[in-house]
Amino acid sequence: MVIYGVGLLAFCFLVGQFIGESLGRFLGIEANVGGVGFSMILLMICTDGLQKRGLLSVPTEQGILFWSTMYIPIIIAMSATQNVFAAFSQGFMAILVGILPTLLLFLCIPVIIKLLSK
Amino acid sequence: MEILPKLLSVNALIVAFLVVAVVTWISSVISVKILKGRVPGAAIAIIAGLILAFFGGKWTGGNKGISDISGLAGFALLGSGMLRDFAVVATAMGSSLNEMKKTGWIGAISLLVGVFISFFPAVIIAFVFGYRDAVSLTTIGAGACTFIVGPVTGAAIGADSSVIAISIAAGVFKSVFVTIFTAPLAKFIGLNSPQAAMAYGGLMGTTSGVTAGLAATDPKLVPYGAMTSTFATGVGCLLCPSICFFMVKIILGQ
Repeated sequence: MVIYGVGLLAFCFLVGQFIGESLGRFLGIEANVGGVGFSMILLMICTDGLQKRGLLSVPTEQGILFWSTMYIPIIIAMSATQNVFAAFSQGFMAILVGILPTLLLFLCIPVIIKLLSK
Repeated sequence: MEILPKLLSVNALIVAFLVVAVVTWISSVISVKILKGRVPGAAIAIIAGLILAFFGGKWTGGNKGISDISGLAGFALLGSGMLRDFAVVATAMGSSLNEMKKTGWIGAISLLVGVFISFFPAVIIAFVFGYRDAVSLTTIGAGACTFIVGPVTGAAIGADSSVIAISIAAGVFKSVFVTIFTAPLAKFIGLNSPQAAMAYGGLMGTTSGVTAGLAATDPKLVPYGAMTSTFATGVGCLLCPSICFFMVKIILGQ
């Protein structure tokens, strides 16, 4: 059943969010620390385990895959709800602060990858 | 004549489905017919979303882009953090846990490097623009991490609301910049493997920028970038009001 897949995804999502919120609380900061990451790891472990036991039916899988393919449309909607106008009205410094360090970060990627290949 | 506005507002989410589908379709036509596939349709659609958000904010004076226009309120739900994170988690299915374990430490290093390389150059820019107090400088520096780290840090160390607004704006610009420039830069920085995507996610930090940028580059890489970037806001909120603030105070002698 498709809803089993959606339900499994919802379960992993909520457990991961709970861990992320708890970790944030534990560290004394008002932010979710890695909630999505924990959810993803949990989902990978669950689907992997079910697959090995032959318990992951095609409809169940489709319940998860549907949401995975809805990802780009959701990102498009998210882009359309960003406060882009307010960002522009904060002036030139905000643009520089947002962009110049980010350019440096892009340049760091090849360096870090080189570190990795050693 | 009042049937239509009521219909649109009662069925807001469904309206958003339709509008996003139309935007996606127009974008893919532009991608294939006009740009000959040089820019992926998803990238054009995301940029179109940002442009719509600009005009939505301009026309309504609201702070949620196009969703403040009546009839398009469904965008707020479809584009919410809840659905975004739900869909991002779903992309994890089929990606390799071993791959992530192998690069875990690179992810951790890139998270730390990402905070410092965002923070200190931003502090220098703010200094050049005339800011001299440690609280304002730290808040603006934090804004260069993500648009959540800025206000969280500003609130923690007692920054002025105008400075907090600048830090949020800087974070939004970062997210927009990462969204648009990841795909064109991917080739030059070697962003083509799960490992590279994990390093990229940790360095950039902005989950919205990272996930949108990777979606436009190669959707297969999304879960790897999302995995590390989801820790970035937490790490930023941890380091900026503490170690980074402390270092700024020492450097300024305040």
